[in-house]
Amino acid sequence: MILVDTLIQGILLGGLYALFAAGLSLVFGVMRLVNLAHGDLIALAAFVILSIGTALNLSPFVAVILAFPIMFAVGWGLQTCLLNHVLGDDILPPLLVTFGLSVVIQNGLLEIFTADSQKLTAGAIEVQSLALGPITVGVTPLLTFVSSVLVIFALNQIFYRTRLGRAFRATSDDSETVGLMGIRPNNVFAVATGIAMVAATIAALYLGIRANFDPSIGPARLLYAFEAVIIGGLGSLWGTLAGGVIIGVAQALGASINPEWQILSGHIAFVVVLLVRPRGLFPRSKD
Amino acid sequence: MSDQKNLTRLLQLFALAGLALLFLVPVIGSRALVQDLFGVLTLFILAQNWNLLAGFAGMVSVGQQAFVGVGAYAMFACVILLGLDPVIGIAVGGITAMILAIPMAFFSFRLAGAYFAIGTWVAAEITRLCFAQWKALGGGTGTSLPKGTTKTMFGVPEIKSWLGGSSSAASDALTYWLALILALATLIAAWLFLKSRMGLGLQSLRDNEEAACSVGVNPTRLKAWVFMLTAFGTGLCGALLFIQITRVTPEAAFSVVDWTAFVIFITVIGGIGTLPGPIIGVIVFYFLQRLLADYGTVYLIVLGCLGIAVMLFARRGLWGLFTEKTGLELLSLRQLPPEENQAH
Amino acid sequence: MTEPLLSTHGLKAHYGDFQALFGVDIDIKQGETIAIIGANGAGKSTLMRAITGLLKNEPDAIKLRGESIGDLSAPEVLERGISMVPEGRRLFPSLTVEENLLIGAHTRTGNGVWNLASVYEVVPVLKDRRDHPGTALSGGQQQMVAIGRALMSNPDLLLCDELSLGLAPVVIKEIYASFPTIKERGASVVVVEQDIGQAMKVADRVFCMMEGRVTLEGTPEELSREEIHNAYFGVSA
Repeated sequence: MILVDTLIQGILLGGLYALFAAGLSLVFGVMRLVNLAHGDLIALAAFVILSIGTALNLSPFVAVILAFPIMFAVGWGLQTCLLNHVLGDDILPPLLVTFGLSVVIQNGLLEIFTADSQKLTAGAIEVQSLALGPITVGVTPLLTFVSSVLVIFALNQIFYRTRLGRAFRATSDDSETVGLMGIRPNNVFAVATGIAMVAATIAALYLGIRANFDPSIGPARLLYAFEAVIIGGLGSLWGTLAGGVIIGVAQALGASINPEWQILSGHIAFVVVLLVRPRGLFPRSKD
Repeated sequence: MSDQKNLTRLLQLFALAGLALLFLVPVIGSRALVQDLFGVLTLFILAQNWNLLAGFAGMVSVGQQAFVGVGAYAMFACVILLGLDPVIGIAVGGITAMILAIPMAFFSFRLAGAYFAIGTWVAAEITRLCFAQWKALGGGTGTSLPKGTTKTMFGVPEIKSWLGGSSSAASDALTYWLALILALATLIAAWLFLKSRMGLGLQSLRDNEEAACSVGVNPTRLKAWVFMLTAFGTGLCGALLFIQITRVTPEAAFSVVDWTAFVIFITVIGGIGTLPGPIIGVIVFYFLQRLLADYGTVYLIVLGCLGIAVMLFARRGLWGLFTEKTGLELLSLRQLPPEENQAH
Repeated sequence: MTEPLLSTHGLKAHYGDFQALFGVDIDIKQGETIAIIGANGAGKSTLMRAITGLLKNEPDAIKLRGESIGDLSAPEVLERGISMVPEGRRLFPSLTVEENLLIGAHTRTGNGVWNLASVYEVVPVLKDRRDHPGTALSGGQQQMVAIGRALMSNPDLLLCDELSLGLAPVVIKEIYASFPTIKERGASVVVVEQDIGQAMKVADRVFCMMEGRVTLEGTPEELSREEIHNAYFGVSA
């Protein structure tokens, strides 16, 4: 029974990691960009939600809706002003620029908000739990997981069922030829990063409700997110969810043996999956 | 043309004079200066190793802190568990780092392109978490070198009697000289390596992997060599660093910010893919640090912005700009045509 | 003499240090079909890339109904009514046949003669295979998807780059069979071909290119075999 409980906690934790990773997965799928600042952008989003909530005295669940357009604009602007200028065959410039960005955002947040840890207070929902048969599940973790499934589902629908998604896929295939279709790749990329930031904002909401956060939490979360994307198979959104769940379950199992092993077992699961399946669980057929 | 040659000669003379001066610093300079320059030199060693890895071999690693940490821990293990001299510990640190590089390469080489960076980062985290479990060396809280270890280590008493002053100053002088020698050795080894057949293969690989394969360069083997050799250099440097620091914790020894982030910025700002780049970068870094020391995090923001600006506007960094503007070169990797060679 | 639909004026193009076009002058009248023929490396594809905005140029080097368009980007050129079937088809592998067609109309606002229904009417086989990935089709069918995709924007001018490359003669013939319909529905057409015979059959006028220059121009009836042969291979008579 304890094992089942641990597994469920792990799966729910994996939902949070998949949320962290959803935006990364989309951005990679569209423009093959590895954004090392994604974790810090999630931290930024958490502070945006916090600021809006405090300033207007709103619940984080309402504040997050106001944060969406702001974070979309941040992503759009970042892509237009910065990242579009370094995309190309050479992988070094985008990596280093996003790395620099990560340091700038993290320390910028530190300047403004200090290193004090913060929390988004969502009221009673934080401590409520549901009894599912013999197992009790926290409402917030459950909500996180449901949200992550919904976010992945929505992104998948956008990607495969809409006119925008068609432009995403075509641009990802051949960014020169889409020009002949009247599509401007730089705009497509900017919209994709904007959407990724909206997904990151949802991740930030649950991150902030579930635990304390401070400006330096980005990189560690980024690592879990990347692990989820990579073992899920690059460019596959459902794969990312599966990847997140694997990392989450591994961490929960590790923690149940020895609390110090939580993080370590997540990383080891990542390594093991990659040793068995170098291209991840559900790689897209090409690349 | 001959003007340029004279200028290049002049630059080389300056470099030699500067080097001689650097060797004399513990004799004529203050102890604070020795410690400062020790920091600069070690950062340079790390930066040059990362430059070889990322700038010349195209492997953007974010996991170099693994080798610094392993080097440091191996040195501590030699001293505390085996009672060996710390200087021997440095060598063991380098070798241990190189051994760690084997499984790490085996794993991270599976990840193509940008995901290599993530793979190395995860590997470094795993290493950190494992060392945090090593109870004999303090586990998660770390441990210190036994009192007096650095005062009696190899060469310190001799330096003390020669320079006068305290044992601590003599031990600083020793680590400083070791750092200077290691820095010089790294630079020369890098230059010789890049000039060699293997080095040429490496650079052709960076330009065009397929073409390089077709003329008989084995990319994986070559990259594995570079990965292991730079791990060796980084491990030596890590052990040396922590002799001076005298206390090791998993967080400090495997710090991604101190041993990888700074190093990346130094290399990028100075000029990635050029040998003098890290030298320029480390000088800029040092002065920025002094200039902005009172502003805390602003300094990191400035560093980040500088790195981004370099990638946007001058991908070969400050050194690249300098050679472009002046035509001067130092440690050039260009192959001279035979008749020019004979003229020398 | 009416103003040409499209004209180039001393068009030059470079790839780095390599000059690919040395002052090319061509013109296409409304409703006309012209063929541009020439050997590999004559600069035909470069000319197409310059017209569609994939290669930037001097503004005045290319004019569409008198407007200078030489420095416009590919999307801007498309908005003005020029679309292209690129060399090698360049279908999007992640998109189905139907999505490949739809993306051709991505930025179109109004209605026109070409839409999914009319493309399927001309090439019924595409309708049956609408949900297959574009790249799962045979070479000839892929080429028809590429043509359909270019038509979906209802262009005034359709550029076709090397339609017959790598295709069997019988397939080439099938593809060219759709040309009368395309012309009937109002588009002017430029075909770039190495296959001279096919080009001569559909073209009202022919330009022959060699080493980045136009070496010969005329109607298929005017031009003798020797003239074309010389212009093509550069053998002086």
